[in-house]
Amino acid sequence: MAAPRNISVSETSRPVLPRHAKLKFDETRQVWVILAPERVLAPDAIAVEVLKLCDGVRSVGAMVDELAAKYAAPREAIATDVVAMLQDLADKGFLTQAREKTS
Amino acid sequence: MSEILADHKTTDPGDGLAALEARRSTAESFGIPLAVLAELTHRCPLQCPYCSNPVELDRAGSELSTEEWKKVLSELAEIGVLQIHFSGGEPTARKDLVELVRHASDVGLYSNLITSAVLLTREKLSALADAGLCHVQISFQGNEPIVADRVAGLEQSHQKKLEAARWTREVDLPLTVNAVMHRQNLHQLSDIIQMAVDLDADRLEVANVQYYGWALKNRAALMPTLAQIEETSRIVEEAQTRLKGILAIDYVVPDYYALRPKKCMGGWGRQFFNISPAGKVLPCHAAESITGLQFESVRSNHSIAWIWQNSEAFNRYRGTAWMPEPCKSCEFREIDFGGCRCQAFALTGDAGNTDPACTLSPKHEEIFRQAECEAAADNNRFIYRNFAGGTLETGGDDGA
Repeated sequence: MAAPRNISVSETSRPVLPRHAKLKFDETRQVWVILAPERVLAPDAIAVEVLKLCDGVRSVGAMVDELAAKYAAPREAIATDVVAMLQDLADKGFLTQAREKTS
Repeated sequence: MSEILADHKTTDPGDGLAALEARRSTAESFGIPLAVLAELTHRCPLQCPYCSNPVELDRAGSELSTEEWKKVLSELAEIGVLQIHFSGGEPTARKDLVELVRHASDVGLYSNLITSAVLLTREKLSALADAGLCHVQISFQGNEPIVADRVAGLEQSHQKKLEAARWTREVDLPLTVNAVMHRQNLHQLSDIIQMAVDLDADRLEVANVQYYGWALKNRAALMPTLAQIEETSRIVEEAQTRLKGILAIDYVVPDYYALRPKKCMGGWGRQFFNISPAGKVLPCHAAESITGLQFESVRSNHSIAWIWQNSEAFNRYRGTAWMPEPCKSCEFREIDFGGCRCQAFALTGDAGNTDPACTLSPKHEEIFRQAECEAAADNNRFIYRNFAGGTLETGGDDGA
């Protein structure tokens, strides 16, 4: 029933924001924010780009492919950065692993 | 209005999540409020002796109506507030809670329910989830019923909380366990941490009591010993490392044993405000304890935006111009804003003084000694919170 927390991010992970964390564009301030209990965070442009891809369907590998193509950058470098960033977000509780809905 | 946002706890830089406040840090400016604490009612089945509500509670008859709250929620979203914390008293004592949560969702607010949970049912939680509630925070008074029910002043409360916490996770709502800590339950901290893990909570707040209002009345019965605080810090740090990625733990240190004052509310009138059950717009939930300040109401002719920007109470302690020494020339003046105005008022009689939690306050040494003395005296009898101004705990064993 419970979402797996404490996830280890790899290229096969399919991360998604947990229910308590909402990514939204704040029209008043014209910035992207992550809303979580007792916290409002302002992800930078790169983090926003990656987080928007975290839909629980895409694998991290697919996300890296997309970003590497979009920015014509070496895949390996992007993979290292993206996995490190997502792992950090996961450790802080802002990402979880996609799962089958049971309720 | 300038724009200042902040991660109002702590953020580790370098994770792609920058605290927005870093963009503008001058104290003279203030931003669009980030979050609002809506005290829907002061009614509560619990009688906790450290309740954060004012000693003079708002009566049921003065509470804002459903339509008034809905108008408030719409207005908050319009001015750029991002989060609404439904609190009390006990917010679930309001029959219109689901309707208010749904309205908050409709206008785009992130909603959090801060509850004692004893009135919750699985059906109610399910309805709240369907209405778009984003998060539930349940307070616990201990890890087992003997201590917990005594502190809450309500039999069976601990059992009901455990049940409601399980239902919360069953309906897939995220859960924070809020553990209010003091001398008479700090020995249970390790077990409370394990309880939070067992309940599948996402987050645990280890919140040492803050001494305003009811808690100030009960300070002698609640004040921890210095040895307890040192042990608490050790336990929390160990658990934070061990439970990384499983349970996030936020830790609130008790002011009286601190060296630097807390940046209370992120600074007076900078990021947050509170709306009382009767509709008063307050810089914080304890602000009414400061006599001599006039607070505007949402029932007045003024908009909430006007009150935030222009009311005397909000502007009185904004920025740094109001500060006396030692704050005025202090290098930390824009970091902690001189600490907490309510605490300065409660302990020095002047809300404009430096918060005595700060070592630079002339009163610091005195309150530190006082805390040590009260903790050592070990007088454990509570004054329970109620509409009658408080009731002294009965029992011949001094409550221990």
